[in-house]
Amino acid sequence: MTTTLVNPVPVGNPVEPFLRSDRMPHIWCPGCGIGTTVNCFAEALIESKVDLKTLAIVSGIGCTGRVAGYVKLDSFHTTHGRAIPFATGMKLANPHLNVVVYSGDGDLSAIGGNHLIHAARRNIDLKVICVNNLIYAMTGGQTAPTTPGHATTSTSPYGTFEPAFNLPHLVEASGAVYVARWTTFHVRQLSRSIQEAFNKKGFSFIEVISPCPTLYQRRNKLGDGLETMKYYKEKSKTKHGCPTSEVGLTLNGEIIVGKFVDRDRPDYSALLKAQMHESLGEKYVDYDEEQGYACSGDGGCAEDSCH
Amino acid sequence: MLANLREPQAPACGGNVAAKGRVSIVVERCKACGFCVEFCPTKVLALSSAFNSKGYHPPHVIAPEKCSGCDLCGMYCPDFAIYGHKNPAPPKAEAKADAKEVQNEG
Amino acid sequence: MKADPRGVLTGTHFIDGDHACCEGALAAGARFAAGYPITPSTEVVERFAQRVPTVGGCFIQMEDELAASITLQGGVWGGAKAFTVTSGPGYSLMMEHIGYAAMTETPCVFVDVQRGGPSTGLPTLPAQGDMMQARWGSHGDYEIIALCPNSPQECFDLTIKAFNFAEEFRVPVMFMMDEVVGHMTEKVVIPPADQIEVTPRKHTKKSVDDYLAYETNGDMVPEMAHAGEGYKFHVTGLTHDERGYPNMTPKVQQQLVTRLQNKIRSAADRICMFEEDSTDNADVIVVSYGITSRVAQRAIDMARVQGLKVGKFRLITAWPFPENKIRELAGRTKAFVVPELNLGQMVREVERCAGGKAKTYLVPHAGGSVHHPEDILAVIQEAAR
Repeated sequence: MTTTLVNPVPVGNPVEPFLRSDRMPHIWCPGCGIGTTVNCFAEALIESKVDLKTLAIVSGIGCTGRVAGYVKLDSFHTTHGRAIPFATGMKLANPHLNVVVYSGDGDLSAIGGNHLIHAARRNIDLKVICVNNLIYAMTGGQTAPTTPGHATTSTSPYGTFEPAFNLPHLVEASGAVYVARWTTFHVRQLSRSIQEAFNKKGFSFIEVISPCPTLYQRRNKLGDGLETMKYYKEKSKTKHGCPTSEVGLTLNGEIIVGKFVDRDRPDYSALLKAQMHESLGEKYVDYDEEQGYACSGDGGCAEDSCH
Repeated sequence: MLANLREPQAPACGGNVAAKGRVSIVVERCKACGFCVEFCPTKVLALSSAFNSKGYHPPHVIAPEKCSGCDLCGMYCPDFAIYGHKNPAPPKAEAKADAKEVQNEG
Repeated sequence: MKADPRGVLTGTHFIDGDHACCEGALAAGARFAAGYPITPSTEVVERFAQRVPTVGGCFIQMEDELAASITLQGGVWGGAKAFTVTSGPGYSLMMEHIGYAAMTETPCVFVDVQRGGPSTGLPTLPAQGDMMQARWGSHGDYEIIALCPNSPQECFDLTIKAFNFAEEFRVPVMFMMDEVVGHMTEKVVIPPADQIEVTPRKHTKKSVDDYLAYETNGDMVPEMAHAGEGYKFHVTGLTHDERGYPNMTPKVQQQLVTRLQNKIRSAADRICMFEEDSTDNADVIVVSYGITSRVAQRAIDMARVQGLKVGKFRLITAWPFPENKIRELAGRTKAFVVPELNLGQMVREVERCAGGKAKTYLVPHAGGSVHHPEDILAVIQEAAR
């Protein structure tokens, strides 16, 4: 009789190797969905077999911005709204990197809005995970460009009345090649979308609707995190390929989720190289495969530890 | 201090051999949001009456035999406080695994 | 370390300060720039855009200065030497990110080709109105290094120095040009690459397990790593500890911020470059910088012809301010005369350091042109009385 090999029981949470465990527990509130998105991100990294050494994660300011500090990767917690341009610089200086931008709706679409649309226009090869809790959470619950109408926030105490951004529509119009939206209820789908984004070159944007129980949900009497998750489960409708003009959100209406855009356009680096080759021919010095732009002398910045 | 927070509890599955999976709970990280309880497909969990040091009621396993080890609880948990994993398939030669009763909550 | 010859345009050139600055950056090893057009600085990046694809690097024109000033820092952490270029209004926009560079100790260079201000001001005309802003423009306590070239040749030479200081001290360096220095065309000699010293990135040699992103070991400048090398480090603008993790307590704040300050201040004697002439027996010492120093030279010459004992002190490093030197000079002269293309900025530092031991006379100019030497001479004469 052959002895069946028994796989050892996994000793830990598959997410744990991706976390800076020495910084746990994190600061996010009970019922906040950001941590859930991190689980999906970790699973996507495992499944897509991305080389973690090449992974850099850049975040802005806000609750979601804190993700960078909690994941055990080369991580950069930058300034409010500017994760995307920072990530752009990083990607251009070292095209071998897989650069992920992980930030919130206010950070990416308000103060960072200009950078969002330009990076999408340029089709910079970035994977943007936008956790949209429809509010500025970290600073106490102010109106964000994504806050739906008739919501109560600390800066709209009598109710919001501004039209809100439809983020998938915005980034599609700007040129993103991959646009998807899920909620924190859709853990498997979200993970899969992140994987798909890793397999894609160009500007990918994944919006994740998430509860902010302490501020958005509480002020609008929408229950706690769990009730919000049940609302997501009940009211979300998967419509792959739905025209993004139709996926706007309201205070307690339907949430259309799915993969809305998946197209192919040459990314910024491909366009740059093509143009340079065409114009300069042999005179163009392409990105140095060995050294990148880091080394600027005979031996480089530090001979032995140069990547 | 931080080390305590990291200690996974003993496997939450009471040693019923039929369970395909089991769950581990890091009690000190839990904020009792209830996601794991709600979204476990086989309703293995419920919030316990115990408290962790922050005053939250962490979940406990109420139906260990129903755990499939799918790790949906782990996927949902915003606090990285719980995860599920599949039990290893029992080798044919040893059809009956040890029926160890293990405490599942602190 | 010697300069990479691929970036060094050895030879004798007839170019303006903006162009020379670009060549200096390339010679220093800059291979990434992010910019946004603004007069009178744009030529620096225009030339870089033209040169760098044939040298081996990348330029991107960003959508605004807010982006440019942080994109270059992403480039630094991705492994490149990087800079940006701007003028007054853009410089104001960049202030948050200058603070970010100081806080995260990102080595980089910000070139400000100063023009008339405030606000849109005089886009095509010179001023030196950003000098205090260079030092204090961002919020909080931090130190920077600021250099002031007064010729296209210095725009080349000192840009290399700026990059070298940036790498040595892991600090944003302010390169304070002005519209005249930027747009004047003069002879610029670029030596062979093996005659140019460049400071390499202070890259850690520690293993992945031992490395702490902001550990200093006595030397106040931590070793750096780049993204993509497996160090899995964290960088944040929040007050952080040696691990780079946010640690927002008064104790860590005190340690961090005083270190950021002391790493520059303790090396001030080495960082402070100046040009000094006939200060020993001077009744009046003219303290100037940038283009004004060239006009001041004329005024000094005129005064000396008249028999006045006038010394010259040219700030090449404006920040950190050469406090000790000014204090010393204050003890042996009657007065300082400080002409500048503003209504009084660096003069305040001179006056502060003079400590009352010598009088301080400002020769202000709101900007738009350079001083008339006669105006500086008049003040020298008054100061000498």
